[in-house]
Amino acid sequence: MAPTDEKKSANPPQVREPSRRKFLVNAGKVIGGVVVGGAIGGLVGCNPNNNDNANKASPSASPSAGGAQAAAEPKNYNRALMFFTQEQFRTVNAAVERIFPEDESGPGAQALGVAYFIDHQLAGEWGFNGREYMSPPFYHGETVQGYQGRLKRREIFTIAIQEMNNYSQAQFKKNFVDLAADQQDKVLEAFEKDQVQLTTISPSGFFKMLRASTLEGAYSDPLYGGNLNMAGWKMRDYPGNQMSYTDVIDKDFTAIAPSSLQDHMAAH
Amino acid sequence: MAKTLPKKDVVIVGVGWAGGIIAAELTRGGLDVVGLERGKERKTEDYFMVHDELRYAQRYELMQDLSKETVTFRANENMRALPMRAYGSFLLGDGIGGAGVHWNGQTFRFLPYDFEIRSKTIERYGKNKIPDGMTIQDWGITYDEMEPYYDKFEKMAGISGEANPLAGKRSSDYPNPPMKKSPPIQLFEQAAKKLNLHPYMQPSANLSQNYTNPDGVSRAACQYCGYCERFGCEYGAKADPVVTVIPIAKKTGKFEIRTHSQVRRILHTGGKATGVMYTDVTTGEDIVQPADIVVMTSYVFNNIRLLLMSKLGTPYDPKTGKGAVGKNYAYQVQKGNATGFFDDKKFNLFAGAGSLGMNLDDYNGDNFDHKDVKFIHGASISIGQTGFRPIGNNTVPSGTPTWGKEFKAASVKYANSALKVGAQGSSMPWKHHFVDLDPTYKDAFGDTLPRLTFDFEDQDKELTAYMTDRCAEIMKEMGASKIDKAKSLGPYEITTYQSTHNTGGTIIGSSPDTSVVNNYLQMWEAENVFVIGASNFPHNSGYNPTDTVGALAYRASEGILKYAKSGGLLV
Repeated sequence: MAPTDEKKSANPPQVREPSRRKFLVNAGKVIGGVVVGGAIGGLVGCNPNNNDNANKASPSASPSAGGAQAAAEPKNYNRALMFFTQEQFRTVNAAVERIFPEDESGPGAQALGVAYFIDHQLAGEWGFNGREYMSPPFYHGETVQGYQGRLKRREIFTIAIQEMNNYSQAQFKKNFVDLAADQQDKVLEAFEKDQVQLTTISPSGFFKMLRASTLEGAYSDPLYGGNLNMAGWKMRDYPGNQMSYTDVIDKDFTAIAPSSLQDHMAAH
Repeated sequence: MAKTLPKKDVVIVGVGWAGGIIAAELTRGGLDVVGLERGKERKTEDYFMVHDELRYAQRYELMQDLSKETVTFRANENMRALPMRAYGSFLLGDGIGGAGVHWNGQTFRFLPYDFEIRSKTIERYGKNKIPDGMTIQDWGITYDEMEPYYDKFEKMAGISGEANPLAGKRSSDYPNPPMKKSPPIQLFEQAAKKLNLHPYMQPSANLSQNYTNPDGVSRAACQYCGYCERFGCEYGAKADPVVTVIPIAKKTGKFEIRTHSQVRRILHTGGKATGVMYTDVTTGEDIVQPADIVVMTSYVFNNIRLLLMSKLGTPYDPKTGKGAVGKNYAYQVQKGNATGFFDDKKFNLFAGAGSLGMNLDDYNGDNFDHKDVKFIHGASISIGQTGFRPIGNNTVPSGTPTWGKEFKAASVKYANSALKVGAQGSSMPWKHHFVDLDPTYKDAFGDTLPRLTFDFEDQDKELTAYMTDRCAEIMKEMGASKIDKAKSLGPYEITTYQSTHNTGGTIIGSSPDTSVVNNYLQMWEAENVFVIGASNFPHNSGYNPTDTVGALAYRASEGILKYAKSGGLLV
């Protein structure tokens, strides 16, 4: 009568390797080792203002590579916006790449689809602070008391993106996406260190939220729109969702191919 | 007009560990019991999609919905208390099983010193060792009296472990052998032994092998999947009330659970409860459930809040120190630690279990001489391998930027190569730390929220600094390439996670003047009301609270059965 599940516990660490997933990984390798959604390449490529190298996700994000990939794998219908305007999206997409840039260790936030992840999160419960206490009265609190504002995350993002462009214009006479990488870093630093004078939101509070959601987008299950093809996990040897580590827990480091919740779903 | 239902022998408020144990024991004793739970039903099958760090760890899937109910907080009485609007310092459970669903499973007994902390401190160091305003008191029950109840809880839950050489005597071994030793644990063990310390495998509610408990409940062995704390267990390998005591209670046919039932008042007249009033949250209907005995088994804050809102017991007055409801709120001093970065070693840090770890208690309780330190009590020092999930674990060496190229490179480099030795520090009560009712903020029903007044004291800062050095000594011996020691302890902040080990407010004791309940957890001021939980702790030890909560629940169940027969105050 007690709920036991002997059947499940008998499964080895790598439960199954669906052929579709293998196919996706292989497709990624074909275009140069960086797995990137065709939609990112398309968006970046069709932005006439976006000439700066720093804003390109990777060489594979050029329209031609995007096209080649589109032919090689099914279209990713997740690559559209629920909350941001396309302009807001481009700003966030540029900012998260500075926080988590592509480097020798692997893809950056753009290639992982982090800005899509943030867009999708803001469209739902998290963006509305749905499970948080948002009842009045609102008073200015001490730091130790945490966030006491009346604005919801989606409102904060909307204001902050506008203010990032305002600050970029004031400092460099361009919008954020059109700045060179080191200029973008300066803008983000000014927010991080509260050097931007705002009456609406806390610049550092926004920066913390942007940084935290960048890591969430890089490393959450791909079902949420980031961590594209588990490339975030692969970069740090995280095996994702596995049924059991009984055989490796007392062993030295063991590389295990990652598996996502979708694979787990198929197992039931 | 509230609808009134037929009377029950016992009504339980909150069906988590304490409520589940009470239900199992009382129904087996022949009583007719109804459990009211504000949250929803939970079962093992809910967790097939549980390996989802974003949903469960970052978005708090299993926790209380703060939009409906939270606590307010201030550091001291001169500050305006403001609501905890989002989760941070601690996580409040919800639904059947309560916090017993999302715990890690670390199951420690408190030390003999804990139960007689005031007498033993004075005996060894003199009265002046206890600073002004520190309100430690003996528990009115000793370790030896608690031992059989600890034993019972550990056998029911199937705790896996080995004897701690520096703890109180055990009447029997743990029912299961310890969990497997991972390489980081082996490093810790070797280092600790070289330093002449006394390491032992963490007592774990994650089963080291398949196990059938004395109630006949069989559960499967832990798979070290790395998703325990903040998650439910898809295997039932982690002991929780849903897979242990609740089925036992249900099997008797005498236990009815009503979910979505938010208890809002304990009804009473002439010093005795007559039942409770609750709201069916699905319909909004107010309902009266009469009962001979009321058992409060919700979390710390609601145990206190319901007594205060119901005007049952004498509220604590921080000015005079009189009254006890809300008194001696304490927490956990969790921030002493040392992180080691291993440039040439890589571990399977993705794997683990909530209570896979190794501890030592050489610096806990009164196991070392406190003559030359400016604090009492201490901390359990441990290494844990709970499964280091990628969103929550991006530890980089000090001096590394927190974002950008360098951050990313370091966070990826050390993803499987950074270990932490940490101290779980005890927390002493103070005259000016307490829980009362907030004058301003309300919950979704218009009831007032509990207000928490708490900060870290010099005692906590001294303890943290001392323990950080001890952790660093061990980490050095473990051979880390670089060691970062924790910063000195700042003020208490409700924004960053520390532990869900809130304690006190309905404390146990030997006198009605200084405690809310006697050592059967029976209210001094209302003999048919029993209050159970970590809210009973007069202070918090350097350990996780659940074993002691479970033991107290078994103790209370004995008392309630006695009371049901003969009535009257049991002590």
